[in-house]
Amino acid sequence: MNDCVLLGHGGGGRLSHQLIEQEIVARFGQGPLQTLPDAATLELDSRRICFTTDSFVVHPLEFPGGNIGDLAVHGTVNDLAVSGARPRWLSLGLILEEGLPLATLRRVLDSVQRAAEQCEVAVVTGDTKVVRRGQCDGLYINTSGIGEAIPGFALSLSRVGLGDCILVSGPLGDHGAAVLSAREGFQMQNGPLSDSRPVHRLVQSVADLAADIRFMRDPTRGGLATVLNEMTAGQSYGIRIRARDLPFSPGTNALAEMLGLDLLHVASEGCLVLLCAESVAAAILARWQALPEGVDARAIGRVTDQAGRVILETAIGGQRVVDVPSGELLPRIC
Amino acid sequence: MTRYIEGFRKMDAASHFRTTLAEQGRQLAEQGRSIHLMEVCGSHTMAIARFGIRDFLPAAISLVSGPGCPVCVTDPGYIDAAITLAGQGKIIATFGDMLRVPGSRTSLAEARAAGGRVEVCYSPLTAIELARNHPETEVVFLAVGFETTIAPVVAMLDAVIRQAIDNVSLLTAFKRVPPALSALIADPEIQIDGLLCPAHVSAIIGADAYRPYAEQYGVACVVAGFEPLDILYGLQGLTQQLLENRPHVDNQYGRVVKAEGNRQAQRLMEHYLLPADASWRGLGTIPASGLVLRPEFARFDAVHRHGILPTPGRINPRCQCGEVLKGKIRPAQCPLFGVACHPDKPLGPCMVSSEGSCAADFKYARGGA
Repeated sequence: MNDCVLLGHGGGGRLSHQLIEQEIVARFGQGPLQTLPDAATLELDSRRICFTTDSFVVHPLEFPGGNIGDLAVHGTVNDLAVSGARPRWLSLGLILEEGLPLATLRRVLDSVQRAAEQCEVAVVTGDTKVVRRGQCDGLYINTSGIGEAIPGFALSLSRVGLGDCILVSGPLGDHGAAVLSAREGFQMQNGPLSDSRPVHRLVQSVADLAADIRFMRDPTRGGLATVLNEMTAGQSYGIRIRARDLPFSPGTNALAEMLGLDLLHVASEGCLVLLCAESVAAAILARWQALPEGVDARAIGRVTDQAGRVILETAIGGQRVVDVPSGELLPRIC
Repeated sequence: MTRYIEGFRKMDAASHFRTTLAEQGRQLAEQGRSIHLMEVCGSHTMAIARFGIRDFLPAAISLVSGPGCPVCVTDPGYIDAAITLAGQGKIIATFGDMLRVPGSRTSLAEARAAGGRVEVCYSPLTAIELARNHPETEVVFLAVGFETTIAPVVAMLDAVIRQAIDNVSLLTAFKRVPPALSALIADPEIQIDGLLCPAHVSAIIGADAYRPYAEQYGVACVVAGFEPLDILYGLQGLTQQLLENRPHVDNQYGRVVKAEGNRQAQRLMEHYLLPADASWRGLGTIPASGLVLRPEFARFDAVHRHGILPTPGRINPRCQCGEVLKGKIRPAQCPLFGVACHPDKPLGPCMVSSEGSCAADFKYARGGA
């Protein structure tokens, strides 16, 4: 086999077959994918399922702390988890650029495999296409996911009440900062590391407290600021958070200070934001902190009566509005 | 590094300033006075908004934002020229803030979407790298900025000349802070009692540059850093000067700023650049407030090299950015603020740049937190 992806790998002939057998079936062929049917046949225990899809187009494909492969698994698994579901099955759609080194593809697929195992999900169906050089940026991935709803979760913003607590499971903005620093080639000692990781165990660890959990989200694109604004938009309540309680990693913080980025606007890929009744906040934090992915979990604020407003108490005790970012995160002039 | 910064963001120290400023406010009120302090620099504007510093000020002290965002004072005609060059196949290298600034008709972000090569840089040196990687075309660096930015851009030009690279040029809109301050202070319609002088601009030009404002116009001046405690300390210092009727230049940012500034940077700037009249969006033309390439370096001037005729361009007539930049109105007093003019669809430059007063107020203080 050549050492890079050729147009013929997507042509449906022998090369295609080889690629699928050697790279896909070898990794994911234990279950329904084994005989490469046109569709996977799945059996459910539950009557309520969650179904989601996401496409991944990150540049560079590999960055400190992860690559597009584990990101594509974690992103979809996390969307299911924060909806109160136990992730079960994934599809894997690959769009490959002619000329992509096969070694890169293998590293990415190894990551998909590892991440899927770690998340206890099976890749049960998929598709591979090859496009001409220049028509895609190396490799795009789409994953769709099916999860079974965990009984007890009734997530709805209509159940939010004054004094409810906002919790986050770990440092904010690590993924966005890591990708940015890799993209721009910043050479930083102890620089940012992506937090690409699953949050399903964090959700499952608090399933028995589900009745008092109002809402969950993973703060990906747009960061915590976007999630908090989504939680309050058009509602009769607001949210107040405290800067001194927000967890940030030192490397991420350093990059943000240098570039003038507001980390509330920067993506995480392995963090959970949860809104719950005060009565269960301490128990949730204790369970999270006992898991490696929740060691840095914190309570960061509360629900207030300031309708629709997200307010930050700043590090020095002032206060300001937390707004959503308007578009691209752009470096400032000086 | 972050631990070092945290030292300038301590809540207990900030509470102390809150108490002191409240006491100063009481004394001003007793004297029947209210004072107007202007933060000149866009990075101060951002930090003030980001850390909620207006919360710390008593009613007798008002803080207005000055013209210190280089993006905000750039004419739309400049953007038009950059877009023209992008249309000719040149690579436009720019700091990110410029991307969404409205030109007369369109922005660089739209030009990029239409196929123009627009590259966002974190350092002027990226222009050299781009030029090396693309010998077939020319890299035009958008040389916008105050003294802080001018120094590293000129250092880049110096490297271009030393390394005999011929496919880099500058589209200049350099601005000098002191002439703009002089114009504002001399404007009878604007009341400025004290200036929170910029941090990094002062590192280049030196704290002594502000002496004429204190000595001739009686304006209190404090050079302050960008951290919240720096700013609170600066505001307290300005108020104290005014309470004691003893305006002078106080350099509180001695860890970075010297009285005489950075001589090496000044020499480099002088070698390559000459003062010239410059047009400031919203303020008009201010004599000797710009810097342009000396004639002997004209071959690195994109305007000269490509025979572009720069025009001031067309500004939306309802845009009040000029009044905001002069500190005459707060952003929320502009009828377009947050309605027709929004960070997602900015009409005026103050809403575009993250350092712009309107963007800072929209982002951090809409309607008062």
